[in-house]
Amino acid sequence: MRLKLKDLPEENIFSSGHTACAGCGAAMAIRNIAKVLGKEIIIYVPASCLSVFNGLFPSCAWTVPYHHTVFENTGAAISGLSRAMKRKGLDNVTVVGIAGDGGTADIGLQALSGAAERNEDVIYICYDNEAYMNTGVQRSGATPHGASTTTTPVGKLTKGKQDFKKDIPLIMMAHSVPYVATASVSFPLDLINKVKKAKETKGFRYLQVYAPCVPGWGYEQSKTVELGKLAVECGMWFLLECENGRLKINREPKMNNLETYLKMQGRFRHMDEKQIAELQESIERKWEFYKGYAELTQRLYGGSEASV
Amino acid sequence: MRRVVGSNYATSHAVMRARVEVIAAYPITPQTQMVEHIAKFINDGIMDCEYINVESEHSAISAVIASQAAGVRSFTSTASQGLALMHELLFSAGGLRLPIVMGVVNRSVGSTGGIWVEYNDSMPQRDCGWLQMYVETNQEVHDMILQAYKIAEDKRVLLPIMICSDGFILSHTVEPVELAEQEEVDEFLPKYEARHSYLDPKDPIASGIVTPREYRQEFAYQIHRAMLEAKDVIGEVNRDFADKFGRDHSGLIETEFVEDAEVILLTLGTVTSTARGVVRELRKKGKKAGLVKVRAFRPYPAERIAEVCKDARAVGVYDRSVSFGVGGPHYLEVRNALFDSDVPVIDFIGGLGGRDVAEADVRSMYDVLLEAAKSGKAKRNIEWVNTRGVVLG
Ligand SMILES: Cc1ncc(C[n+]2csc(CCOP(=O)(O)OP(=O)(O)O)c2C)c(N)n1
Ligand code: SF4
Ligand SMILES: [Mg+2]
Repeated sequence: MRLKLKDLPEENIFSSGHTACAGCGAAMAIRNIAKVLGKEIIIYVPASCLSVFNGLFPSCAWTVPYHHTVFENTGAAISGLSRAMKRKGLDNVTVVGIAGDGGTADIGLQALSGAAERNEDVIYICYDNEAYMNTGVQRSGATPHGASTTTTPVGKLTKGKQDFKKDIPLIMMAHSVPYVATASVSFPLDLINKVKKAKETKGFRYLQVYAPCVPGWGYEQSKTVELGKLAVECGMWFLLECENGRLKINREPKMNNLETYLKMQGRFRHMDEKQIAELQESIERKWEFYKGYAELTQRLYGGSEASV
Repeated sequence: MRRVVGSNYATSHAVMRARVEVIAAYPITPQTQMVEHIAKFINDGIMDCEYINVESEHSAISAVIASQAAGVRSFTSTASQGLALMHELLFSAGGLRLPIVMGVVNRSVGSTGGIWVEYNDSMPQRDCGWLQMYVETNQEVHDMILQAYKIAEDKRVLLPIMICSDGFILSHTVEPVELAEQEEVDEFLPKYEARHSYLDPKDPIASGIVTPREYRQEFAYQIHRAMLEAKDVIGEVNRDFADKFGRDHSGLIETEFVEDAEVILLTLGTVTSTARGVVRELRKKGKKAGLVKVRAFRPYPAERIAEVCKDARAVGVYDRSVSFGVGGPHYLEVRNALFDSDVPVIDFIGGLGGRDVAEADVRSMYDVLLEAAKSGKAKRNIEWVNTRGVVLG
């Protein structure tokens, strides 16, 4: 049965009192995700904004067991936790890692890939704010083309990131794990139902959640949800779900309004027509790719619906 | 059960007997057989354990830190580059007070080095909050794995521990080893009950949360205290073990002929066996030579060393690692232990990269010490033994 927002409990698992910026997309998403996951969970968080805004000793916003060691080991740490739960006979406990895009796409990719290959019984959630925010907005593999960060600044020679966003969900699909999905803080119904599905699935589950960042992207703090919606509309982010190899597109993008999306954010403000055209071309190619991929995998793995 | 085995087998067997429940490890020469033996024990159905085939040592240590933090007895092993790759996480294991046991098969790390024994993998890890013990024989490796859990899990300690053994010299040399029976081990080592670190939704704790400057220092102080306490615990566990199994490895240090010794050489690891022969031969010739096998490097038994060396006229330290521009790491410990004594203390660096330390080399160390004892002065404090371009003494 599909969850509705009103089905979520009043009580927070990720409680108030955390120290995220006002309007933080990640904090909003995590609050809802945790409500769906419930209390029978163990959370691992690597170094990231979350590892700081979830509280410093002696406070902690998590009301469930929490573990943290370093930046690049989420895949391995949740593997260890999951095996320990198995030994303790606590099969009802879900082990969940929540990492940033840097901790996922860059420095933690190896450990993530290993855990996925072993099909560890865990949920890995990447909140994607498209840069290293904790250390003050440096580029990550998930930073989109054109975005200016402190390490891809707007200068005389180049303006913003020259490379393109690394497609981690696709990399995870290539691992043939039971569940890979993308979601966004701006589509809470879609998000909570994907979390629910992930929770009900066994084996390795990967979820990447689009999470706008106020200071990192340079926008008005009240615009987080609007920005996330625009991203899905213009094709800068797709809502996808891949179950046992079969890809489904949850929402058809309109593939328009890219400029509106870009103009709302400081990180893209410098972009000229040529750069915007390059970006537009790249997301259109991506969209064509995913449509074809959905068709192909449905043919290979069965099922008929191309979208929800 | 007595069997002729290498140290990797002896370790793996002891790990099985210790009823370890989660293992994550990655192959590296000369430790590789350890991951293979354990995989086989599990696959043959004689060992009941979660085995995580991780993709790196960084992940191996991350996974066992997590499983131990969740309250489950865990093990990993590595060598050389693998230990260097783990370095970042070693601080987490120490800092979270997790009684993880790790088998380290010593091998040189970095360029220019190969696959043979040197302590420049483990000794640079001395400040991570892990206990470190060095062993001489395959029997001792086996016995120390069993003791290691009991030492590390003692509530006065609660720190991780490395059992360090010389690559190839032990790992790839077979010796008769008495492998402990399950009932004996169960009597010696009770099931692990996690009291301080467990991750259970019924009683949530935060393990490893970022700690601001107002609190960090007290955590560090407690680790320091626990490390000091471990000195007693190592001795107690050794006695328990000796009572139960009839093998006494004598705790922090083991001594030979030190009572009236004029010169004393402090060794670590397998070089001790070579030195035993030399010191006996010297005694036969009427030379007052003594030998101390140092077993614990962390905590360092400074008081015991000071006591044993108090009447010596020259003290030598064997080092299989270098802190460049200063001397051997072991030498620095001994200088610290003997800070208020004016006997000459001489460092003998040798056997790097697995170079053989032969009887002649150890004899040359004693020659230098006997000379220094006569004159009351060391010609040089740092001696490079059997090194091209260097003349000893
Ligand atoms: C090995 C290591 N290198 C660098 C850092 C510094 N560091 C901490 S968090 C972080 C960036 C995190 O970025 P991301 O994973 O995207 O999470 P976010 O902060 O954006 O939420 C960096 C570079 C670290 N903690 N460890
Ligand atoms: S910097 Fe961005 S991700 Fe970090 S807390 Fe603030 S809004 Fe959230
Ligand atoms: Mg980020």
